[in-house]
Amino acid sequence: MSRQMQGVSLVHALKDALLVGVMALLVLGPISGLVLDGYGFVNELERPLILALIAATGRFFISLAAQTEGGRAWLDRFSAKSAHGTTVESGEKKRAWVWILLGIFVAGLILPFLLTKYWLTVFILAMIYVLLGMGLNIVVGLAGLLDLGYVAFYAIGAYMLALGSQYLGIGFWTALPLAAITAGVAGMVLGFPVLRMHGDYLAIVTLGFGEIIRLILNNWLEFTGGPNGASAPAPTFFGLEFSRVAKQGGTPYHEFFGVEYNNAMGYIFTYIVLFLVVSLAIMFVTRLQRMPMGRAWEALREDEIACRSLGINHVTVKLTAFMMGAGIGGIAGVFFATYQGFVNPSSFTFFESALVLAIVVLGGLGSTLGVILAALVLTIMPEVLREFADYRVLAFGILMVLMMLWRPRGLIRPVRPAFFPRGAAA
Amino acid sequence: MSPKILSMTPLLKVEGLTMRFGGIVALNNVNFQVQPGSITALIGPNGAGKTTVFNCVTGFYRATEGRLTFSPEGHTYNIGKLLGEPFQAADFVKPVAFAERLYYKMFGGSHRVASAGIARTFQNIRLFREMTAFENLLVAQHHRLVRNPILGLIRSASYRRSEAEAVERAYFWLKALNLADAGNRLAGELPYGHQRRLEIARAMCINPKMICLDEPAAGLNPAETAELSEMIQMLRREHGVTVLLIEHDMSLVMRISEHIVVLDHGEVICAGDPHTVANDPKVIAAYLGTESTEEAARA
Repeated sequence: MSRQMQGVSLVHALKDALLVGVMALLVLGPISGLVLDGYGFVNELERPLILALIAATGRFFISLAAQTEGGRAWLDRFSAKSAHGTTVESGEKKRAWVWILLGIFVAGLILPFLLTKYWLTVFILAMIYVLLGMGLNIVVGLAGLLDLGYVAFYAIGAYMLALGSQYLGIGFWTALPLAAITAGVAGMVLGFPVLRMHGDYLAIVTLGFGEIIRLILNNWLEFTGGPNGASAPAPTFFGLEFSRVAKQGGTPYHEFFGVEYNNAMGYIFTYIVLFLVVSLAIMFVTRLQRMPMGRAWEALREDEIACRSLGINHVTVKLTAFMMGAGIGGIAGVFFATYQGFVNPSSFTFFESALVLAIVVLGGLGSTLGVILAALVLTIMPEVLREFADYRVLAFGILMVLMMLWRPRGLIRPVRPAFFPRGAAA
Repeated sequence: MSPKILSMTPLLKVEGLTMRFGGIVALNNVNFQVQPGSITALIGPNGAGKTTVFNCVTGFYRATEGRLTFSPEGHTYNIGKLLGEPFQAADFVKPVAFAERLYYKMFGGSHRVASAGIARTFQNIRLFREMTAFENLLVAQHHRLVRNPILGLIRSASYRRSEAEAVERAYFWLKALNLADAGNRLAGELPYGHQRRLEIARAMCINPKMICLDEPAAGLNPAETAELSEMIQMLRREHGVTVLLIEHDMSLVMRISEHIVVLDHGEVICAGDPHTVANDPKVIAAYLGTESTEEAARA
């Protein structure tokens, strides 16, 4: 209704403010106005009044702002729920994008040399979550399979490095492909019997799987070290080690190059390797989305029955998505283990699965860029807002609710590729 | 039916098809044949079991009893076997039969029926709504493309060629069904009539021998229905595909089909050419429920 009114209506804003004020009074009155004092209670009625006044004033100004030109445009942009969330790309090649991406890539490589050790670890963790988010995005966002136990594959990757070095003497570089394969095989073993299920049932089975892996790691004391965990080796570079004294039979880098020891160098190296792996994974996933395999995943998410009617074996297609996602999760696990230098089962709780799922949902199911942004925001923001650490989960919840209300399809809307056959040019 | 068509082996042979859902008998001993190159219509009042027949033929339901044989040039497929059958006592002494049955149990399913050459459309349109029309048609060509992710990742020449060919083939079918402008639009955004045609185009992309159309004219206006009937005939004439059709629009059915099978309460009550069917008293009774049913009720 207010859309038709061109000018700014004070009355309308006042009405809104009054309504909100009364509501705030009703809601906040009992919880902030009555303070328990032993068995009785004290009236502190001025508190809800002040709070209601703040709420009403806020609503008044928001209401006024929403009636201005800019405010209306902003609202339109955010509440375009009825419009399709998906757009099709235009035919023009965007040359600028290549340069922007290249710039980001170079900046990403230079970044670790400018950061303090603390921020380096924050960025490494953020990129591990980017990797996890992209892996789960394949399963949940592209193939539409709700996986609540994704952390299991992350744990398998992390323990692959820790236990592999302990029992088999493998290092970081051997563990990287091995973890991807092991996690992928675990995904296949889990997936083959359960991928005939749909939606909720699959979610419950994967939830159970995540817990089983964690409980095995926790209780198999002789093999995994149980709650005491296991230590994981740091990465090496062609036999060069980044610790002060060689631990894995190589040479410490500062002795080899004859430079002074820098204790952040190990993190810088991990960062660079991780950055390259993440870049490779981004390239892989974005290309995959336009390849037959990725298309089949998305088609399966859209309509499984139609897929079957087109001769696509839904079980094997789901299985490839599951394995691919699990493999990426395994790689993320190796980086997590080497970054921490130590793994124990408490890092692989259901909360991790939920966090990664939140990253995928907030980013926009199926949108790689959205997932990257969401992962960076959700891991770096808590570090920036250290003072508000107590309210982290609360803020997280509020963010989720707001996103689901205004942007149910996530931060970034998916863009579909366009095709231009030769005949169509005319 | 002309004697010439009768002498050929049928493309699809349905023998003794019975489908029970719990205690309900949806289909009872249904027998009919579809001749190669024909347009065969399956008609009947609501709830007669037409879509159930379709779901059995295309492998979405496993028939309780009966045998469905699909024989495109030189091949013979037993649809029940493609779906994966339960083990039988004899299998445990014959390892080959056992292995075969195990293979189909693990990897069989309705997608095998589609690969054998039976395409279908759905009564309530099932497009990939959030994907473009082109992508819908590319998904249908999945098995013809270079699917190796490594080749795709490095964009090998064979991969690029197969993708380009697939886009050309998709464009060919879009043009054939008069959708040339809709290629880069989201399937879910297209007008209803376009969506129906896009679903047919997608089904044609799997290169089927037989296409099963489930009420293709539902919800179309008379002009669109006329265009559709022209297209169905074009598919058969120019692309040699056999059409099996469920339709309630009798004028369309009578105009384009050579053979009509009438179902009522899960049983075939009449089969023949349009003229025979239109004048059959049982068919008229089933559709209009006039005197004969009242008489039957009284008797």
